[in-house]
Amino acid sequence: MKYLKQMTIILAVTLMGEVIKYFMPFPIPASIYGLILMFVFLMTNVIKIENIKETGDFLVEIMPVLFIPAAVGLIDMAEELKAMFLPIMLVVGPVTLLVMIVAGKVTDSLIKEEENDE
Amino acid sequence: MNEFVQSSVMFGVFISLMAYEIGRGIQKKTKKAFCNPLLIGILLVIVFLMIFDIEYVIYFESAKMLGYLLTPATVCLAIPLYEKVQLLKANWKAIIGGIAIGTFVSLFSIFVIGLLLRIEHVQYVTLLPKSITTAIGLGVSEELGGYGTITVACIVITGILGNVCAEWVCKVFKIKSPIAKGIAIGTSAHALGTARALEMGRIEGAMSSLSIVVAGIMTVVLAPLFASFL
Repeated sequence: MKYLKQMTIILAVTLMGEVIKYFMPFPIPASIYGLILMFVFLMTNVIKIENIKETGDFLVEIMPVLFIPAAVGLIDMAEELKAMFLPIMLVVGPVTLLVMIVAGKVTDSLIKEEENDE
Repeated sequence: MNEFVQSSVMFGVFISLMAYEIGRGIQKKTKKAFCNPLLIGILLVIVFLMIFDIEYVIYFESAKMLGYLLTPATVCLAIPLYEKVQLLKANWKAIIGGIAIGTFVSLFSIFVIGLLLRIEHVQYVTLLPKSITTAIGLGVSEELGGYGTITVACIVITGILGNVCAEWVCKVFKIKSPIAKGIAIGTSAHALGTARALEMGRIEGAMSSLSIVVAGIMTVVLAPLFASFL
């Protein structure tokens, strides 16, 4: 019954995330509270990694597919997208690439700097 | 066709998995980065719905079970992060610095483009949270008075683009360390990008997961400030 136990633990933490979200005034979803909680539980040994590992890895592995139903929903938003076509095109493409490049290069050079300090 | 799909519990789930598997097959054959299984999967489902004239809501009804798993799956992103916690401890300044600057660049460049295009305030705040994970982005947009639906669309397009371009960008711009790759992907393209980062490696995936959380929270704090600029 390994998988059942693992799923129960994962859902318990997810549920705690939902409870926190219910009481917090911020626009932060339950999944983020749950992720932070799970990390804290793992670090403090409240949850042992063996007790969630296989089921957790399975859920992480199938993650890309989980986005498909919502992403297909873009076809129903065609009208709204048309109305803001130019700003969307200019913001989404270039900004995404710019952020990716800057965040990556900055992290890379900061890591090198730290290595040189030591 | 609509009637059958409406009566079927598994149809939407099956079509989604099948489309993704075909995408993976194509990527294996061609070995091209733009033949991204997620992108192909999404396009195949769209084409399929159009050919058989199935309404999106009907497909979604029978595929939404997949979406239910997204919350526990996101919670489980703590696992790769936990396994790589030593790296996080050793490089935390670089990691937080990279995410913070990335988040700032995202908000600031949207502000500059908004200024140049003279877009309205509503459109500006709709676009501001486009690099962070859907649920946070939607919340931020609505709180600032933006159009939630368009924000979601922009977030999804951003994620798909990040997912497709991640490997190419890291190669062309010589982002070398796996930590930096993960930060770059997670900060710019949230969970959808992270799905790709996890395929690139365990460290990339862990750092990308962390970036979703940190960039998301930073945006919650900074977006209201940026919203007052335009």
